[in-house]
Amino acid sequence: MLDVSVLIGNWDRYMTGFGNTLAISVLALIGSFVIGTLFAVLRIAPNRLLNIIGAAYVEFVRNIPLILIVFLFYNGLPALHLNLNGFVAGTLGLTVYTSAFIAEAIRAGILSVPQGQTEAARSAGLTYVQTMRHIILPQAMRIVIPPLGNQFLNLIKNSSVLGVIAGLDLMYYGDLINLDTFKTFSVYIFVGMFYLILTIPMSFAVNALERRMARSG
Amino acid sequence: MDFIGAYSSDNVLYMLEGFLVTIGVACIAIILSFLVACLLAVVRYARIPVLSQCTAVLVEIIRNLPLLLIIFFVFFALPQVGLKMSVFAAAIVALTIFEAAMVSEIIRAGLMSIDKGQIEAARSSGLSFIQTLRFVTMPQALRRMIPPMVSQFIALLKDTSLTVIIALPELMHNVQIVNGQSVNYIIPTYLFAALLYFIVNYALSMFARRLELRG
Repeated sequence: MLDVSVLIGNWDRYMTGFGNTLAISVLALIGSFVIGTLFAVLRIAPNRLLNIIGAAYVEFVRNIPLILIVFLFYNGLPALHLNLNGFVAGTLGLTVYTSAFIAEAIRAGILSVPQGQTEAARSAGLTYVQTMRHIILPQAMRIVIPPLGNQFLNLIKNSSVLGVIAGLDLMYYGDLINLDTFKTFSVYIFVGMFYLILTIPMSFAVNALERRMARSG
Repeated sequence: MDFIGAYSSDNVLYMLEGFLVTIGVACIAIILSFLVACLLAVVRYARIPVLSQCTAVLVEIIRNLPLLLIIFFVFFALPQVGLKMSVFAAAIVALTIFEAAMVSEIIRAGLMSIDKGQIEAARSSGLSFIQTLRFVTMPQALRRMIPPMVSQFIALLKDTSLTVIIALPELMHNVQIVNGQSVNYIIPTYLFAALLYFIVNYALSMFARRLELRG
């Protein structure tokens, strides 16, 4: 049933897909971290309009499927005469989708920093932005690390959606190998194995981090 | 962009039909996966030697694979080893496999959250392990599980869109078909689909939040 020659004969393509999946996930994590932080700060900023903008973005993006966002970038933008290849469109889609979840994680982190710290910083003469930048965010980030790890884990799994739009990821290369060999069963068992090589250690690390954070309070 | 053409009554009806399939498939999958997940969670919770560890490994493997891969595998790879399924069956099987692993973790967390003293009390008043589970632990755990289960259902409703790759006639698939009529329909139809998903999922998430506040 399982044909190892599929793995050996297509090792290079598996490795390219594996590397690309990792690269896509890291790029999307960095991008969504930046956008997520921005929207988390918008949601708790002392301005009603900014709060609404932040909340609307997060709630909207969180409640629609990832593949729809990716299709919007890949099929929708060309209708506005903006062509992106699968890799770029997919990574952008992943970034937007994940940013909403990361915004929620960061918001929870910020809210967990005691209010007194903000008051102290503000009365010491720091502006709102300075307070965020130097006092609140550095402390919030510590709390945010385990949920961020979880999002990275989801990102690795979600990046498989790029396979649908020729995004050069592991799933896409699996597809190519499948078209050459027609050994679908073996091809995708190995694709799954490569995903597990990335996700299982990550999942153990996140669990360990969560347990450590729970113990240290 | 042609909103009027894209939102012709035929197109809108066709997309709504797809959304009904999405909701139907998600409902069937959540019920089936809940049943499978109960079994998986109880086996792990009961600490049956070998069987518990095997279940744990299986759940970890499935949880850490992309759902898209599982859908693809069930529909395209399993026929090679003699397991041929219709698109509809494959979608439900794949979603159930993935969700069962996710839901079993929710159920296990629910079971673990019940105070040990209650189990000891039940056991020392003469209830068997199964009776304790059935009358003491499970009923309480089930109540605590409702909010995360609603969140999981939201995730499932979104994830059902991935069955577009095996051409299950759900919302995303029907949207793609409508888009085949004209390039000018693409953005309007995607917005329509996004709105449908958003309305249902946002309402569900508000419901989950209210339950959490009350619990």
